Amino acid sequence: MSTTYVVTGARILGGEPADLVIEDGVIAEIISTGSIHRSTSSTTRGAGASRAGAEVVDADGLVALPGLVDLHTHLREPGREDAETVETGTRAAALGGFTAVHAMANTDPVADTAGVVEQVWRLGREAGNCDVFPVGAVTVGLAGERLAELGAMADSAARVRVFSDDGKCVSDAVLMRRALEYVKAFDGVIAQHAQEPRLTEDAQMNEGELSGRLGLRGWPAVAEEAVIARDCLLAAHVGSRLHVCHVSTAGSVEILRWAKAKGWNVTAEVCPHHLLLTDDLAATYDPIYKVNPPLRSAADVQALREGLADGTIDAVATDHAPHPHEDKDCEWQAAAFGMLGLETALSVVQQTMVDAGLLDWAGVAERMSVKPARIGRLADHGRPLAEGEPANVVLYDPSYSRVVDGTELASLSRNTPYVGRELPGRVVATFLRGTPTVLDGKQA
Amino acid sequence: MKRHLLSAGDLTRADAELVLQTAEELRSLADRPIKKLPALRGRTVVNLFFEDSTRTRISFEAAAKRLSADVINFSAKGSSLSKGESLKDTSLTLEAMGADAVVVRHWASGAPHLLANAGWSRSSVVNAGDGTHEHPTQALLDAFTMWRHLGSLDGRRVAIVGDVLHSRVARSNALLLKTLGAEVTLVAPPTLLPVGVEGWDVETSYDIDAVLPKADVVMMLRVQRERMNAAYFPTVREYSRRYGLDGRRMDTLQDHTIVMHPGPMIRGMEITADVADSHRSVIVEQVTNGVAVRMAVLYLLLGGSEPALSLEASGEEEGR
Repeated sequence: MSTTYVVTGARILGGEPADLVIEDGVIAEIISTGSIHRSTSSTTRGAGASRAGAEVVDADGLVALPGLVDLHTHLREPGREDAETVETGTRAAALGGFTAVHAMANTDPVADTAGVVEQVWRLGREAGNCDVFPVGAVTVGLAGERLAELGAMADSAARVRVFSDDGKCVSDAVLMRRALEYVKAFDGVIAQHAQEPRLTEDAQMNEGELSGRLGLRGWPAVAEEAVIARDCLLAAHVGSRLHVCHVSTAGSVEILRWAKAKGWNVTAEVCPHHLLLTDDLAATYDPIYKVNPPLRSAADVQALREGLADGTIDAVATDHAPHPHEDKDCEWQAAAFGMLGLETALSVVQQTMVDAGLLDWAGVAERMSVKPARIGRLADHGRPLAEGEPANVVLYDPSYSRVVDGTELASLSRNTPYVGRELPGRVVATFLRGTPTVLDGKQA
Repeated sequence: MKRHLLSAGDLTRADAELVLQTAEELRSLADRPIKKLPALRGRTVVNLFFEDSTRTRISFEAAAKRLSADVINFSAKGSSLSKGESLKDTSLTLEAMGADAVVVRHWASGAPHLLANAGWSRSSVVNAGDGTHEHPTQALLDAFTMWRHLGSLDGRRVAIVGDVLHSRVARSNALLLKTLGAEVTLVAPPTLLPVGVEGWDVETSYDIDAVLPKADVVMMLRVQRERMNAAYFPTVREYSRRYGLDGRRMDTLQDHTIVMHPGPMIRGMEITADVADSHRSVIVEQVTNGVAVRMAVLYLLLGGSEPALSLEASGEEEGR
């Protein structure tokens, strides 16, 4: 029998303190403790006292959220085990409060067959740090020419529901239309990396005054927005489900708002770095800030925050993109795109959304757990914190503050853009189906 | 002056004027039988070229040698695609060899910035052209050339015509000429002006004929034929007709107006032969001035605070 845990004094979704009994992989019992009771006596723990042999986790002052779900993670295995492995990437995920991640398909070999997605899925099971749901490639080899065997991946042990050529855009309109249609047979979704390729050839950073000054080839907002608009129209035309990856511009938010107002089945995600960082960081020519889509203007950041707050953007997704040191310690133009995100996501969301008064903790749970689980069609994740539900829980201390130094990260790579920045909050514990993957802020 | 010269925007007006004055002193050397000063004896200047540019390289080489520096030419070809030795390792190697100054030409915008700031080396870094970013010594030699012909640049009108979008020369000139008080107008088809150019504090125009009669200086930029394949303009002929400087257009210039080109020119494209070879053309003089300006830059960056010529061992009383 597995260990029983009694989590005492946790504020569920930031509400009143309660004790959670976690047993046999589920939340067995929730007992409201009340704030007065807790402040006068720390020994009388209604639930804890009644469970002999239970391990007590003191969660006084901590916020309890459903285990986070990432729709957009690069675990790099197979192929780039020098940057990340399923084991290290999922460990980073657990430390970031995640109980499920969607592993992107741009591995080597590409996850475009049942064999590869099953391999990634199995590696995730063996690591045991969090659930790994492989994303299947839309097209063979991400080449944008013909459909990969989407059905075979859906029917495999990995039961793929999210398909994406992420890193590349499915730019061919006919191919995109067919993909959107085809995955309806198994309730799949196409997660589009919206980037018109011809408008972004050799693009290095957000196109604007600064790109002109710095002599770095611009990545114009229209290259994202035009594809999102087209795909929304396509999805509506064929009655399919579309998910838009890493939305980065104010114009994209506006288009999504319009599509949703029409009642179309469109969802979207935003990355933490696009909620916090702006394109002026490119003036350092430090490729740690090089990411695709690029960091945008302060006005875009504001629009993304508002879009996430009002539900136009459904989810936060990390686009955790590990790269070895040498791929970032070089000329901007030669450097790889991407930044780490799993271990800092919740902190960045706290700073940009909660502390800014745009979201409460229930809103955070909705956007970092409930919605992404629903988009990925995950049955056991993103569930309410209620009796009888799977015990996927994260305990988070929002009063904590840290200066990121990068060396403490569990990821194999170090390409975090937050080194030297003060970020709020800390994941204290993560439970995956009742088993702690993180305790006291460390791997359990 | 700062320790590095990465951008023309790094120079204050006082810095820029010091370079021009120093260059003026050093230029007199060119007229002497012995064209050499001991100012940088024992110092090592590395010309680190990741991109071919014979003209710029020999200009810097001549400048360093006339100041008696030891010169190492390091040609490190390779792009992001051909994984050669990294910029970091190259830089560490040069540091280990004791380079005092590294003159770097690179295909990637910002590479000199990285060399100067990544902590790999203690050398002074001189940007000799990076990607489509900047070429500050070219701007200095252009300003020097204008200054010698026109005196103070305050209120002078400079038209820069051509492929501004891809031109590091245009960027550096726009920055430096503003610092020196000139009024800059960038002239190009809309496709060859950068997005956001409104924020550059310069005038822009699509119409060369409207700009030429008011200009004190016309600087023509090189336009690569290949640009038409990416639809920046339809044909070479149309480009020449709309933006090229020919004899007919030259006739609309004021009498004192000079014509410049950073080279290499494409005769018949952006400039016709009769203009390039005319009495208004100072293109060859730009090359001469390039050596003097680069001497001044190297001298000032490597610690020269006294007037350059007073260091002359021979004791000729020319230093002022």
